[in-house]
Amino acid sequence: MSSGEQATGPYALELRGIEKSFGANQVLKGVTLELEPGKVTALLGANGAGKSTLIKILAGVYERSAGEILVDGQPVEITSPLSAAHNGVHTVHQRIDESIVPGLTVAENLLFEELVQGGLPPVGSLRKLLPKARATAATLDLEWSDAKLLSDAFELGIADAQLLVLARALVKAPRVLVLDEPTSTLSQAETERLFELIGRMRDQGVAILYVSHHLSEIQFLADRLVVLRDGLIKDRQSAPLDMAKGVRSMLGEQVAVEVERANHLRGDTVAIQLRGVQLLKRSAPIDLDLNYGEVTGVVGLLGAGKSELARGIFGVDRFHAGTMLLDGQPFRPRRAGDGVRRRIFLVPENRSTEAMLPGWNLARTVTLPFLGRVSPMGLINFRAERKRARSVIADFGVVTTGPDQPVDALSGGNQQKVVVGRWMSGDPRIILMDEPFRGVDIGARHDLSEKARDAASGGACVVVFSSDVEEIREVADRILVMVEGVVTLDSRATEVDADAIMTSMSEVGSR
Amino acid sequence: MTGTETSTPRKAPSPTGGDELTPWMRTQDAVVKYGFVAVTVILFVYFAASEPAFATSASLFAMLKYASVTAILGLGMTFSMVVGGMDMSIGSQAGLAVQMAAMTMVFYNMTGTTAAAVVVLVGLLVGLINAFLIVYCKIPDLLATLAMMFVIQGVKLIPVDGQSVSAGMVLRDGSVAPGKFTESFLLLDRGTLGPVPLPVVIMLVLAVVSWFFLSRTKWGRLMYAVGANPEAARLSGVRVGFYRGLAYVLTSSFAAVGGLILVSRIGQGDVNAGASSLLEAVAVALVGTSVLGAGKPNAWGTILGALLVSIVLTGLTMKGFQYYYQDTAKGLVLLVALLFSYTMSRKKVRFTPAT
Repeated sequence: MSSGEQATGPYALELRGIEKSFGANQVLKGVTLELEPGKVTALLGANGAGKSTLIKILAGVYERSAGEILVDGQPVEITSPLSAAHNGVHTVHQRIDESIVPGLTVAENLLFEELVQGGLPPVGSLRKLLPKARATAATLDLEWSDAKLLSDAFELGIADAQLLVLARALVKAPRVLVLDEPTSTLSQAETERLFELIGRMRDQGVAILYVSHHLSEIQFLADRLVVLRDGLIKDRQSAPLDMAKGVRSMLGEQVAVEVERANHLRGDTVAIQLRGVQLLKRSAPIDLDLNYGEVTGVVGLLGAGKSELARGIFGVDRFHAGTMLLDGQPFRPRRAGDGVRRRIFLVPENRSTEAMLPGWNLARTVTLPFLGRVSPMGLINFRAERKRARSVIADFGVVTTGPDQPVDALSGGNQQKVVVGRWMSGDPRIILMDEPFRGVDIGARHDLSEKARDAASGGACVVVFSSDVEEIREVADRILVMVEGVVTLDSRATEVDADAIMTSMSEVGSR
Repeated sequence: MTGTETSTPRKAPSPTGGDELTPWMRTQDAVVKYGFVAVTVILFVYFAASEPAFATSASLFAMLKYASVTAILGLGMTFSMVVGGMDMSIGSQAGLAVQMAAMTMVFYNMTGTTAAAVVVLVGLLVGLINAFLIVYCKIPDLLATLAMMFVIQGVKLIPVDGQSVSAGMVLRDGSVAPGKFTESFLLLDRGTLGPVPLPVVIMLVLAVVSWFFLSRTKWGRLMYAVGANPEAARLSGVRVGFYRGLAYVLTSSFAAVGGLILVSRIGQGDVNAGASSLLEAVAVALVGTSVLGAGKPNAWGTILGALLVSIVLTGLTMKGFQYYYQDTAKGLVLLVALLFSYTMSRKKVRFTPAT
């Protein structure tokens, strides 16, 4: 797809060498991208690849640091959401609820842009808006009754809200439509309806940029695929799409990194048995056994159902369906405490919002889940508490001034050592680590994965969840690949290479 | 664990925890930490020097006694603030206690002990209702307790037809109320232990108990965890709902005790009693949050806040200011405390205001 400059005729949208920096951090390093009219171009990218920055530049939320934007071959300036709209570029953001104003009627929401820009009389009855609102809804063939148009937008279901936002974009007859993860909250039927609409818009000549990490959707919809990694386009394909190649470009050339020693612990006692467990809203039920005495690495892209699996076993969220057995006995945890009491621990995905207590020092953070153990009769034994903290500091090599230092003053890697270390100090039987290496330097990462392996050789059932193949290969004895809530690969780490894992990660379920 | 690349020598480089502190930041820290205590001391010295009657032991005990009700309600408020909330109904609960005690003794001719028991039980009940609304019905703390404030204020007037309850009053059926405030009950406010007034003793005992509970026991620690980050607490296995509920029950219990001292002081079931208590309780607990750089609601800070307010009010009164200057003074005290907590401390990375 090497475009010979203007030779291919005017694109609906063309980005040339788009750069964007936040302070010293260059997120986009020269993105060049063309969208053809009447084509759906899918954009794929891992966490932190620069996807959302790129979308925000197109939407006018951010201003680019360098580069050119051309619409229909004409250079344009997109400096605000308004100027994006003027240039025919419309973006439907992922969070639909942020685009809807509850408290206003559906009609007012449909005409929201006119309302804001003063295109409507400032004083007037709602009924006068109805014809215009109806016209807007008609762009999507939405036959909404007047009663519905006059109801509070808050009462719309998520699918209808999505349609409303789309209708609002479409009434402007956009040249370019950017859809950011539009299906993440939709049911199967709603998704299909959306796809039908996208197909219709494409046939009307709209250039569509479809951002998703659902490979099956991309496979189904896209005419072209571009892959963003480290702020650059790493792959561009035209249908038929090679998804395995796309995923490989997205994750980077990790094949080169060879894991020095193959992990070969093999547990033979089953800790957790899942039967008919449904992880995502629209995923098939799965059966899965997790064993003591080995590290199971679960790898999958964002939204593959990893966190749902971890949180369901821990007991903090419920599975959509299915049963769980712990040591052969039915286990129905109702809250996190049920897991903790049975020495099932979770290192949550998002450290700062789910594990850190602002201003709390190391000792307090470490003992929080096990306060009973250092508090005979409910009275905190401060000496025992500090001792526990010191042992975590020593075991994990936490760089700190001591148990009294606030954890938020530590570096990311050291914070994570504290969070992981506190659970490890509780002698886990099952420890679920959701993205434990995120925002962690390489040294700390080695230490953490070493600790995970120690726990497994000590007999614990260790499960590490990550979207990074290299991390999983470094830590795991058994590797599971998850795609859209289903396990697509289950293999010993010694029997599978990075390439096979990535191929499996890009396997597309039957749609 | 030896020989990891990231491990640098683990010796403590500085007592402050490795943060680079400039002299200006140190000054700021000191101001935040000791500023409030300094203000209290300076005001005290100023009043003592300019008004000879101010620093007499009688006046000092009067000040402490005046502070006791506010301090006890403030301690109660401290518990709900520890879990990240606030109990807007605390003043009306104190008023309810006043009414319940008066009714028990005057209408039903019961003993002071019975009255105290009734008040505490009713307090616990209100606390449970608040806890139910907040934890089970998931109504935001402020709104649930705001609604309860109005409900309590209105409900307590119904059995007394909106009248203050006093001995010898004429009842609805035309008869004269049979009872009166018992001597033993009045001693609650008027009695002393040695030279120390009983309310001051009660205040100090409750302060010690609150401090011990909050900073020395598991339950207090878990309440702080709930206030600091409920999600992290939940994922650590803490029963977040239980501890939030417990906090409101404790708040209500303290409100009941504060109300008991108040009614013993007034000697009748004044319908307006407790009306100003809400703001005072909030103010002293917030002042307590900023005292000594605690950065979180705590028992001794609250007591100190109550003392400061008391010193200012007594001093102003002695200086001949009218009563209406009092609210202004209270407001300014609170404002200064908030400036210390929020404005001055904001540059300090480690500080997070806990309210």
